[in-house]
Amino acid sequence: MPPEVALACRAVVKRYADVVAVDGLDLQVFRGECFGLLGPNGAGKTTTIEMLEGLLTPDAGEVEVLGQRWADAGAALRPRLGIQLQETQLADKLSVRETLRLFRSFYPSGRSVPELLALVGLESKAEAWVGKLSGGQRQRLSVACALAGSPDVLFLDEPTTGLDPQSRLQLWDVLRRFKDGGGTIVLTTHYMDEAATLCDRIGVVDRGKLIALGTPEALVQSLGTAHVVEVSFEGGTPPAGEWFTTLPGVVEGRVADGVVTLGSSAIHETIPAVLAALAAAGAAVQELRTHSATLEDVFVALTGRHLRDG
Amino acid sequence: MADRHASTFLASLRELTLARIREFLREPEAVFWVFGFPVIMTIALGIAFRSRTDEPVIVAVERAAGAEAVRAALEAATGFVVRDVPATGVERALRDGVVQVVIVPGTPATYRYDPARADSQVARLAVDRALQQAAGRRDAFTPREDAVRAVGSRYIDWLVPGLLGMNIMGTGMWSTSFAIVTARTRKLLKRFAATPMPRAAYLASLIGSRLAFLVLEGVVLVAFAWLSFDVVVHGSLAALAVVSLLGALAFGGIALLVASRAKTVEGVSGLLNLVMLPMWVFSGVFFASSNFPETMQPFVQALPLTALNDALRGVMNDGQTLASLWRELALLAGWGGVSFVAALRLFRWS
Repeated sequence: MPPEVALACRAVVKRYADVVAVDGLDLQVFRGECFGLLGPNGAGKTTTIEMLEGLLTPDAGEVEVLGQRWADAGAALRPRLGIQLQETQLADKLSVRETLRLFRSFYPSGRSVPELLALVGLESKAEAWVGKLSGGQRQRLSVACALAGSPDVLFLDEPTTGLDPQSRLQLWDVLRRFKDGGGTIVLTTHYMDEAATLCDRIGVVDRGKLIALGTPEALVQSLGTAHVVEVSFEGGTPPAGEWFTTLPGVVEGRVADGVVTLGSSAIHETIPAVLAALAAAGAAVQELRTHSATLEDVFVALTGRHLRDG
Repeated sequence: MADRHASTFLASLRELTLARIREFLREPEAVFWVFGFPVIMTIALGIAFRSRTDEPVIVAVERAAGAEAVRAALEAATGFVVRDVPATGVERALRDGVVQVVIVPGTPATYRYDPARADSQVARLAVDRALQQAAGRRDAFTPREDAVRAVGSRYIDWLVPGLLGMNIMGTGMWSTSFAIVTARTRKLLKRFAATPMPRAAYLASLIGSRLAFLVLEGVVLVAFAWLSFDVVVHGSLAALAVVSLLGALAFGGIALLVASRAKTVEGVSGLLNLVMLPMWVFSGVFFASSNFPETMQPFVQALPLTALNDALRGVMNDGQTLASLWRELALLAGWGGVSFVAALRLFRWS
């Protein structure tokens, strides 16, 4: 039996004044999975997620949520979704408990305020004003507000941006528990480790298009290179030419900002060969680094840009 | 299903209203402006316009031949304060209101005064009477006088309902529209719109919370005017409460409309001034709106603050009943209702 589709985009287009934010995007998210939209700033992640949330209307194409369209069933869909937006600032002078009571009152059914407090570990902060919370606590409160109506689908737009590692781990915990309870999650992020840890499947978006889709493992494997070697040079300039393409183990390579980056399938052969070639060329190596291929490398290989460059 | 909708609506309305009241009460400056400002205003105006009894007429006599005689005539009559003004300072003294009339001695004497100012006109008449009498004129008859100093017929009695009306408008418009624009810039409106929150409940909560504050600020103002200036309410307090409530509803609705699309506090401030300025001028807060020409009256009478002030004065000064004020009350309800519906349609949630 194929998995049940929770969310679907078909050839969706969204334009702003002079930019095409989403350019013919096709996407499916299945029930019970955690789906990550990965991409640099301005790639169209937020626009895509807001069309799924029914906050934006696509200029072309179709969006389907839980088998229904926003135009036909908006009022019925709304209570089934939990939404956390990137830029919301909750009222500073309401307490955590008051804020949750407020959001809970919007839903015909859902979790109680004490349950929500326990869910995100904010029991001890229940009476504190929102303005006095740390960034991580505020973000957990924001997610708790999104969970107030016991949603089937939870949307999170860059939930951990700007958080310290401890807060990120706490928030990940909350999301895992939601998923364990059968919930579907769609999140955008530009942290590859977050996507790799949380997501069952990942869609990489760039310039409004889906350029890769799959499980984190499958995406990394699709690179065909298990390792990445990066070399920088004293004086900043690498030896000219494509001297690295024929070295043993090298699958692909490129030069950007004075750094040579090589994808290698056999690191133990590549590194001695690189050093020998550079010695022969008389180049002075400043730094040589190597790491296992990650989603970041997938993104760089696909777009030539780093995730956080924007 | 319908019951469920209704209960979600009521629960949302209650929580949104409570949230708004809490936020307001936790903002000390806002509390001061809403409650302190009308009291300060009443004190200031009460002092400025207190019932004057035997206020002297302030006169200047230019230094010239015959000045001494004029001075002596005025000092012989009562009720004049004579100031010495050098010839070069006459224009300025008149303009600044330091003196009300300037007498240039001569045959005949010249009165310099500003006919656009009531006090200047009165001073001219008083000076003329004193000088004519000193020159030998005799009155044809001596009238009997009946000075009105009874409570209820002073300027302050007329002013306080106007201040109450202005306050209902001002605090309602500012606090409601600022709350909306702040929530919009903080993306809180967008966040609310992403929930099943009934949108009308949000707008209604802003008006509802206003009513809660209104009770307090109205009571503060009316009680203060009563205790310090003996301003009394001739009609029923219940009628006064109903008129105030309806006024608050009307201006709440208008505030929703004004703030329905504004994206910044600066933008909404400009709009608010644009909307309120004509009412400060035309709606009879400090002087009667009937002073404006006949051709302008349809416009003046259609303004919600005119209706509110008329109704408040009807109850406070004339003891009118709600039934006899139905026109004003209907106009207020109309402004509130139409604005609310228009705001709900135009409202920008993101």
